[in-house]
Amino acid sequence: MNSLLNPTRPPVFCPGCSHDRSLRVLDEAFQKLGLKGNEIAIVSDIGCSGLFDTYFHTHALHGLHGRALTYAAGIKLACPQLKVVVAMGDGGLGIGGAHLLAACRRNLDITLIILNNFNFGMTGGQFSCTTPASASVASGFLNILEKPMDVCSVAAAAGAPYVERASVYRKDSAELLARAIAFEGFSLVDLWGLCPGRYTKRNPMSAKDIHTIIRELPPFDGPVAANARREYGSHYREKCGPPVTGQDITGMEVNFEPPVKARREVVLLGAAGERIQSAGLLLAHASILAGMHVTQKNDYDITVLRGPSISELIISPEPIIYTGVEKPDVIVALSREGVVRRRDIFTKTRPHTRVILARGVEIPASDACICEIDFKAHGFSKAEWALAAIAVLARAGDPVTMEMLTSALRQTLQGREPQEALAVLERTSLLPVEERK
Amino acid sequence: MGILFIEGNEAVAMGAIYAGCRFFAAYPITPASSLLSVMLERLPGAGGIVIQGEDEIAAIGYCLGASMAGMKAMTATSGPGISLYSENISFAIAGEIPIVIADVMRQGPSTGSATHGADGDIQFLRWGSSGGLPVIVLAPVDVRDCFTLTVHAFNLAEQFRCPVFLASNKEVGMTRESLDLATLIKPPVVERIRHTSGPFLPFAVKKGEDVPSFLPIGGAIPVRQTSSTHGAEGYITTDPVVIQATVERLQRKIESHAEAFSFFQLEQREGARTLIVAYGVTARAAQAACLALQEKGVPVSLLVLKTLWPVPERVLSEAAAGMERALMVEMNLGQYVHEVRRVLGDKRVDFFGKMSGELITPEEIVREALYE
Repeated sequence: MNSLLNPTRPPVFCPGCSHDRSLRVLDEAFQKLGLKGNEIAIVSDIGCSGLFDTYFHTHALHGLHGRALTYAAGIKLACPQLKVVVAMGDGGLGIGGAHLLAACRRNLDITLIILNNFNFGMTGGQFSCTTPASASVASGFLNILEKPMDVCSVAAAAGAPYVERASVYRKDSAELLARAIAFEGFSLVDLWGLCPGRYTKRNPMSAKDIHTIIRELPPFDGPVAANARREYGSHYREKCGPPVTGQDITGMEVNFEPPVKARREVVLLGAAGERIQSAGLLLAHASILAGMHVTQKNDYDITVLRGPSISELIISPEPIIYTGVEKPDVIVALSREGVVRRRDIFTKTRPHTRVILARGVEIPASDACICEIDFKAHGFSKAEWALAAIAVLARAGDPVTMEMLTSALRQTLQGREPQEALAVLERTSLLPVEERK
Repeated sequence: MGILFIEGNEAVAMGAIYAGCRFFAAYPITPASSLLSVMLERLPGAGGIVIQGEDEIAAIGYCLGASMAGMKAMTATSGPGISLYSENISFAIAGEIPIVIADVMRQGPSTGSATHGADGDIQFLRWGSSGGLPVIVLAPVDVRDCFTLTVHAFNLAEQFRCPVFLASNKEVGMTRESLDLATLIKPPVVERIRHTSGPFLPFAVKKGEDVPSFLPIGGAIPVRQTSSTHGAEGYITTDPVVIQATVERLQRKIESHAEAFSFFQLEQREGARTLIVAYGVTARAAQAACLALQEKGVPVSLLVLKTLWPVPERVLSEAAAGMERALMVEMNLGQYVHEVRRVLGDKRVDFFGKMSGELITPEEIVREALYE
């Protein structure tokens, strides 16, 4: 096989830099695997390791510091047949920590080569997440205060199925990289080398020293048995199955005459867990069955199952311009939380405004017509009140009818227990409604 | 066919899939997360890929990788996430990587109010990336726009190889509306121009053109992509002549074509002395306000901008011609009004805005329009 090194751009690193050797053993590894330039994508980021992609004649993407694994994942998912190799320094490792953990957990078939030389070479030799506390670097005393990270232990803990720590000066480093690249899944090689430009000036270190230090650390030499599992990409594709075509989206058909050909603004005031928004949705669907235009705007707190839940609907024979409720025709008041949040709505009522009020809920004084209902006494659970309130409106035929409501229920709850909901609608026939001004 | 009752976010997803989007990655954030849910429900079955990123930086990073491999890609977020997208937005600009970014804005600043809307990112979308080069920003008013403008967004991203934003808002993205499928406007779908013959240089442009032709990473010919300042061949350059020519081209390729995609809606009324300018959900309150004013016997014209960046300068100038004043209304403390003032020069431009998490009402706009 031929070298994949770029003939027009010979590698240029500081004299004695181990990156030069890393580059050549990576090229050898590609050759051992019989790969062509168009079968490989090298993804790099910032720093001296970021020069790697330019020295190869392969697909290449050079991006932002620490983000190489994210671009690589996008490329690999879009292009599963490609061998994707990420070259990153210990700087990129630190700034891209979240992406490293995600890559280990995900197990997409990518090879990450960390060109670990214990400092930020390009920016002047500052400390990185792998700088020993005993080292003298350009960050003053700061590295003394921190513990360097053992990336191999971190990767194995995060689920990487292939982790190897090695000196680039090992005789078999090309074979070692070839094995990692050939591994089907996420493979990480923590490849140690020397930075004569910045690091070894103040921290004398030889290739032999690297071997000695590595031998004293927890060994990582490839497959991590505990993390062996399916490769993400092929698993993902299996989960998706073959693409389904012609899945046209179909909507609801109009098959009712609207009982009221006028605009109605409806506000449902309740609390989280009371199915306020579902009831609003059902009312909307029922109205659409009669060809009405509808908007639904919800308000709730970010904490679920607690706090107010509000749904505002506009139902109109004309297209709806503004989506806010300005003059409510109906207010359904089921819980204190919702009423408190939208007290202002009671200042906008008119004498014809109907308020469906659950017994025991206090509302501000208004000129509206109050219809008080004791849902509890009649055996409705709290989660049924909103649906029952909509049914009470439908029994009066404004803005929808019971036929529209049951038809909407059957269409939207297909296979999802429409019987239960239909029974709630049925039970409202016995509900006494006390009207007062 | 038939009638749907869907949120703006769902309509964005439908528009994206129609436009050929087959890669979507996002990090969950209210009020954009329903877009992630809908995409996850629909895209994998249609041969696409949906990924939940470990953070927003990753989400957009995945999209850029996939786009460079030839897929149409989209991501969606809100204010805090757009902030984290910043470095990769400038990568998409520099590397000419097509991507659609939906910003479903929420009340801010900072983490703000997750379930309340605002239009507080309008200047940030334009200027929130290093280098300050132009981007395209489209602003949907309703569910119908969410579909159609998303298709336009993909088409523009492909045509100009650049990031295109959808400036949505909780009040558009999470408000459900009835939508008659038979009336949906479906623009024809555009694909990025592929390199077909001759030697391939990833950033070379043909004479008289400003957009390089594309080949995907992973294809037969090795392709280079880089976030660093580069020449036509995709290698770092320090040649000031090449650098200046490149940044000018990146600016020109968007700005010189702006009129071709200046989407807007103009309601001119006989005898109007005031022009209201609005975008997004506020345009709906403004439209209702103009109708209410008409009933009071006060004709007021309305310009609804659906392309915000590049600023549709000619549209603005022509709509304001002959008017005594313009009134800019927006859900923030005054952002786009600076552009309107810049374009309209010495014409009186008033402003009304708020960022309380509530919609601006037609009543408030009527009051402002009547205030002399």
